[in-house]
Amino acid sequence: MTTLIVNGIKQTVDVDSSMPLLWVLRERLHLTGTKFGCGMAQCGACTVHVNGKAIRSCVTSVASVEDQEITTIEGLAQENDGLHPLQQAWIDEQVPQCGYCQSGQLMSAAALLTNNSTPTDADIDTAMQGNICRCGMYGRIRKAIRTVAVVQHFDPAQSDELKEKQNA
Amino acid sequence: MHKWTRRGFISTGIIAGGGLIVGVTLPLGHRAPGLAHLVTTEGETLVNAWVKLGSDNMATVIVPHSEMGQGAQTALSQMLADEMDLDWNMVRFEEAPAVSEYANYALGKGFILGNVDIPKVLVPAVDGLFLIASKTLGLQVTGGSASVRATGVLGMRVAGAAAREMLQSAAADAWQVPVNEITTENSHLVHQPSSRRATYAEFATAAAEITPSSTPKFKDPSEFKIMGQKVQRHDIPSKVDGSAKFAMDVQLPDMLYATVQRAPVFNGRIAQLDDSAARKVAGVVDVVKLPGGEDSDGLLGYNQNGDAVAVVANGYWQAQQGLRQLTVQWDNTGNESVTSESIFEQFNRDLTARKGRETDTVQGDVDKASTGAARLVEADYRVPFLAHACMEPLNATAHVSEGHCEIWVGCQNPLGFRDVVADELGFDADNVTVHNLFMGGGFGRKANPDYAIQAALVSAKVGRPVQLIWSREEDIRQDFYRPAVQSRFRAALGENGELLSWENTYVDKHEPIEAPLIPYSVAAQDIGHVASPTHVPFGPWRSVDHSQHGFFIESFIDELATAARTDPYEYRATLLKDKPRHLAVLQKAATEANWHSQLAEGRGRGIAIHESFGSLVAQVVEVTVTEGKVSVDRVVVAVDAGFAVSPDGLTAQIESGVVYGLTAALYGEISIADGAVAQSNFHDYQALRMADAPLIETHIINSGETWGGAGEPGTPVIAPALANAVFDATGIRVRQLPLKNYDLDYRIEETGEVA
Repeated sequence: MTTLIVNGIKQTVDVDSSMPLLWVLRERLHLTGTKFGCGMAQCGACTVHVNGKAIRSCVTSVASVEDQEITTIEGLAQENDGLHPLQQAWIDEQVPQCGYCQSGQLMSAAALLTNNSTPTDADIDTAMQGNICRCGMYGRIRKAIRTVAVVQHFDPAQSDELKEKQNA
Repeated sequence: MHKWTRRGFISTGIIAGGGLIVGVTLPLGHRAPGLAHLVTTEGETLVNAWVKLGSDNMATVIVPHSEMGQGAQTALSQMLADEMDLDWNMVRFEEAPAVSEYANYALGKGFILGNVDIPKVLVPAVDGLFLIASKTLGLQVTGGSASVRATGVLGMRVAGAAAREMLQSAAADAWQVPVNEITTENSHLVHQPSSRRATYAEFATAAAEITPSSTPKFKDPSEFKIMGQKVQRHDIPSKVDGSAKFAMDVQLPDMLYATVQRAPVFNGRIAQLDDSAARKVAGVVDVVKLPGGEDSDGLLGYNQNGDAVAVVANGYWQAQQGLRQLTVQWDNTGNESVTSESIFEQFNRDLTARKGRETDTVQGDVDKASTGAARLVEADYRVPFLAHACMEPLNATAHVSEGHCEIWVGCQNPLGFRDVVADELGFDADNVTVHNLFMGGGFGRKANPDYAIQAALVSAKVGRPVQLIWSREEDIRQDFYRPAVQSRFRAALGENGELLSWENTYVDKHEPIEAPLIPYSVAAQDIGHVASPTHVPFGPWRSVDHSQHGFFIESFIDELATAARTDPYEYRATLLKDKPRHLAVLQKAATEANWHSQLAEGRGRGIAIHESFGSLVAQVVEVTVTEGKVSVDRVVVAVDAGFAVSPDGLTAQIESGVVYGLTAALYGEISIADGAVAQSNFHDYQALRMADAPLIETHIINSGETWGGAGEPGTPVIAPALANAVFDATGIRVRQLPLKNYDLDYRIEETGEVA
């Protein structure tokens, strides 16, 4: 038996300890918002938070996150009563096309903003480097992340530069 | 093209309990009444085959196309809603069920059979690509960038306009006023002189008695209220909170999971299988052999020929653990010595022999032009095989029980899938129900039903619902690939660099037929192809043959501009002087990119233009080459799709098409070693990532010409524009993709390669 805390709820699963967290979430806890894309931490579709940090659940054994706080896309909005600001920005910028990678993209972006409220473009690139979008919506993803960073952490000293970038 | 000369194109019927059906369906008789039980629920009236009205006046548009991210369901709904004057806030949409009445094939084909004016550009889409594909006539294909330009123009707009007119007539009868005094707005009927106003729902049943005009009047673009507007896509909210249901998210009671491996060397057979170790893996329930198909050819040869083995378990991971324990000896039927090198040697040989060469077009006399030329330019171009690598690996969930099969899948052709699954199981098509879910990418791959067949066969064997999921490795190695192609050019230039002749011979022609044709005014042309088949399965890949020919044509014309010592933009513009639409698109891209401005050392700029699927796209790419590494800084796009029904949707599709094509141009290469695919996952089949994604600026031209497609036309243009920019920066002419294989550190000062 392995105990996990998923989106604030304690869950106990009876699985092989080396079973990847991804499949435990999807098949045993029926949280299908976290996606399978590659199985080797190459594409980021399976990204979830463990204690607030973005990890690839397809290569993370369930045993290694025992008793840890896990957040999936289904739990991203919990603290905000509705949508996480990034989710709203994703809608405003009409980011998703097929949408399959977007859970992972959002979880990577959310982890970035939690740790760095005023990311530079280089910070965004680094944080999002592990997430592939085959529909190629990188420009929209970047714009949505910037929008949230600006709204949440408005800094007059930065605003002109950011505006310029957004208009660029 | 807005002529309907065929009576009965718009058919009507009464459904049980009253109400109206307007079917813009074809071709034989009145099929629409058969739809009633499939799409109506309590309190709803089926107003026509593409829309139903609820008693709350909510309209539901029924879309016969799948959603793989392209946003076509939104654009199509906009088209119907605008013609019908619906309140956009009162419009929902859903995908049509996979039953014959919704075959969009019939829509297009009926126009042909009925001798109705069909845009020429549709003929290959409807007749060629899709017809080759199927053993049956049951097609519900999403592909060929056809949703808006075919189903939208020929179906959605007609249905919306007809429904609106019928409602107007019904209200005029009831209110005893002339029909031309009845106006419509926001899902309401209005009679201004008597200040009367009613919802559409109130007259839905009465409208059933009205005979529809066979030529309902379209709105003039100046009257559009919803078409041409930026609207929010309905599917997006569910795609940001994890609630959107993709095929892999289906979970059924008592469901097992399976994963599969097909013969790594295409067409291989199982010589010997030892599954004893696999069966001992915890959670493994069964091991199932899946026999390969017979020889199939054509662009959508629906099944792969190789044998496969599936491992069934109580979870995907468990099934994978089991699969790794299988020991299979494959009989590779002689293909195990094939390599990429041997394939290109074969292409070279066949191009040189020109045996059985067939022509696409011949104009003037190329030999005569060459004889009198000041200069001849010759070049061979190559592109490799490409996989689709949709984000969602192939998967399907099937439940075969008591002579019936229910299947959940994300696919580009639900009706076609239904028919081939039925065929494989030996069932009537009526005993197969297909539930089509969101696709995590399609790009042409999900038009081939091999994965659905596997799921159905495994479920039939184990007698329980089974979700069969491919590993990414299987997805990369068992694709229907964009073919590898080689193209051999020769052109003759006159004293002043004028283009006298254009010769091109390439291997393997598929669809669409016009892909290798050039827009340029060249008096002598000879474009043709030779067959040079390989054992590698091929299929439609975003923009199909345009993906290679766009690169070939637009790179070679750039070489000719260099040989003529003319600016590549000016060179093209001169050759397009009789094509105002092309010229406008080319000029727009050049102007927005500030084409003639100076770039810093190490930077370069390239241009390309290509027409595909009824739309024209020109792109200017700016690159920086530093120590041999190419950075793609900026892509300026001009697109003329006739009219942008959903401007943000078109922009998003262009951005997507550019990145998809850029991934291929920079990194994309499926190579064959020992008869099998050498790549396996995203580490060796790379995709463009955010840090390397360029700024993309899209400029839309609404020319008012015949409406074109959106999903594919952005893709063929990026590779040549990029390669031409690299040439501008480095002097190195990229004649083979992908670009990663070039050593761009080597810099030559003269552009001597084309001498």
